[in-house]
Amino acid sequence: MKITKDEVIYTADLARLNMDEDSINRFADQIGDILEYVDTLNSVDTEGIAPTSHAIFLSNAFREDEVKESMGADKALANAPEKEDGNFIVPKVIG
Amino acid sequence: MKLHELTIHEASGLLRKKEISSQELIRAVLERIESVEEKVGAYITIAAETAITQAELADKEISRGNILPLAGIPLSVKDIICTKGLRTTCASRILDNFMPQYDAFVIKKLKEAGAVIVGKTNMDEFAMGSSTENSGMKTARNPWDLTCVPGGSSGGSAAAVAADMCLGSLGSDTGGSIRQPASHCGVVGMKPTYGRISRFGLVAFASSLDQIGPLAKDVLDCALLMNAIAGYDPADSTSVPEDVPDYTSFSNKGLSGMTIGIPKEYNETKGLDLEVSSAIKNAVKVIEGLGAKCIEVTLPHTKYAVAAYYIIAPSEASSNLARYDGVKYGFRDKEKKSLIDMYRSTRTKGFGAEVQRRIILGTYSLSSGYYDAYYKKASQVRTLIMEDFKNAFKSCDLILSPVAPTPAFKIGEKIDDPLTMYLSDIFTLSANLAGIPGISVPCGFSSTGLPIGLQVMSRHFEEKKLFTAACNFEQATDFHKKKPEI
Repeated sequence: MKITKDEVIYTADLARLNMDEDSINRFADQIGDILEYVDTLNSVDTEGIAPTSHAIFLSNAFREDEVKESMGADKALANAPEKEDGNFIVPKVIG
Repeated sequence: MKLHELTIHEASGLLRKKEISSQELIRAVLERIESVEEKVGAYITIAAETAITQAELADKEISRGNILPLAGIPLSVKDIICTKGLRTTCASRILDNFMPQYDAFVIKKLKEAGAVIVGKTNMDEFAMGSSTENSGMKTARNPWDLTCVPGGSSGGSAAAVAADMCLGSLGSDTGGSIRQPASHCGVVGMKPTYGRISRFGLVAFASSLDQIGPLAKDVLDCALLMNAIAGYDPADSTSVPEDVPDYTSFSNKGLSGMTIGIPKEYNETKGLDLEVSSAIKNAVKVIEGLGAKCIEVTLPHTKYAVAAYYIIAPSEASSNLARYDGVKYGFRDKEKKSLIDMYRSTRTKGFGAEVQRRIILGTYSLSSGYYDAYYKKASQVRTLIMEDFKNAFKSCDLILSPVAPTPAFKIGEKIDDPLTMYLSDIFTLSANLAGIPGISVPCGFSSTGLPIGLQVMSRHFEEKKLFTAACNFEQATDFHKKKPEI
């Protein structure tokens, strides 16, 4: 198998996803198939070929560091699942 | 005359002559939506009230003689593009209640052009899919055959245009998500050059591949929509400061002097349907009849495009989708008492199976020890695919190919086999990897009456050549005139 069940569990943990037994089996199979197919890339000689992360040539898009009007706290918090006094509320982190 | 069946340019003409009002037009489209939406499933949210208010305003402006390019025209927008005050879900449970606080650049541009947004269209969750079956909201169906998929991921947009539930639509295309559903639903769809249209306000899937583009009933409408939405935007650092031409000013007097390349690898593609292949051959004859010279070109790395894409796109997605953590917006599982448990439960309950699959695939490809073997390798192959196009375009102006290897498939047919589903993107995703534009135009029907699309691709920023070829082809054929019976 290209990806083991343990690797699925480990990767899901990195991605902050819970996996039940069913999902682990299914993803190991399906992602295994995909990775096996992806192995065709190994038959391409890429020695000395620069990787592309962006298809259009652009140099850095700089702008002046000027203060502009921003969204404001009310709008930024408008979709928050829980909020209080202009803050996002999260479960307690430190015990 | 059925108002909802009009094209944008036809409706604009009638609005300008005051033969119809925008309110009549909007009401006709809303009635059409009401009568067929249950069968087609094209919309996630319908904005009837605001659309009627906008139409009233449009009528006032028109009567004052202030006629904007898309004044009073009812359009739909894929539910991955942020619309201020209009729910934007990405067809995901994790964004079920998300209310954007600002308009995407393209929405601002549409509003400035006078357009009326009637609703947000169905799609594969976070644009991940080729059938709209991954929608977390509802099933979308192909207006030509309700047992078939409309394609995806912009399946709702394509179905809505084909079924006259809007006059035009905006979609997004990361690996074919505009062109393939356009092909399956018998409408025109364009993926512009990467950087031609600002992605500000487009919810990110794979940032180096995503591009917004129009879906329309004919080529001229597609060009009109491009005129409205193209342009530089400093808020998107990948937006390119290139002048925007008038896309509608293309020549419709034949294609003499143009050289069209037909990649030899495309005919050798496994799984290419015979009816699709013969529709493309007929299209080549039509194009030659219009005066273009057709030659064979080679894109030798075509067979590696799907593999490279399905490493690069999920890698970028796994990073982009890390933001959905139940803190700032969207769904949160409030039962969980610790932060990490809340993150995990929120994401597991909020994301559907395909999204989770791609997050895991992407996280795996980027993880320590696998990065060089997968992500770096795929990015190097991407370079070779780009060079293939550069070399091919030395001897031709445009490249012609099918859009999809088969016409629309049955709902449920491929959903349990992700790899087979991915392989159906073979003809479209290279354009995203290379950043070049592509257009899909109707070029035939299968024996069962399903539309087949022709893809034309060009060098970066040569969309106008695509419109020229597509419009001349459209005028020489009548595939775009047929309408589905629902």
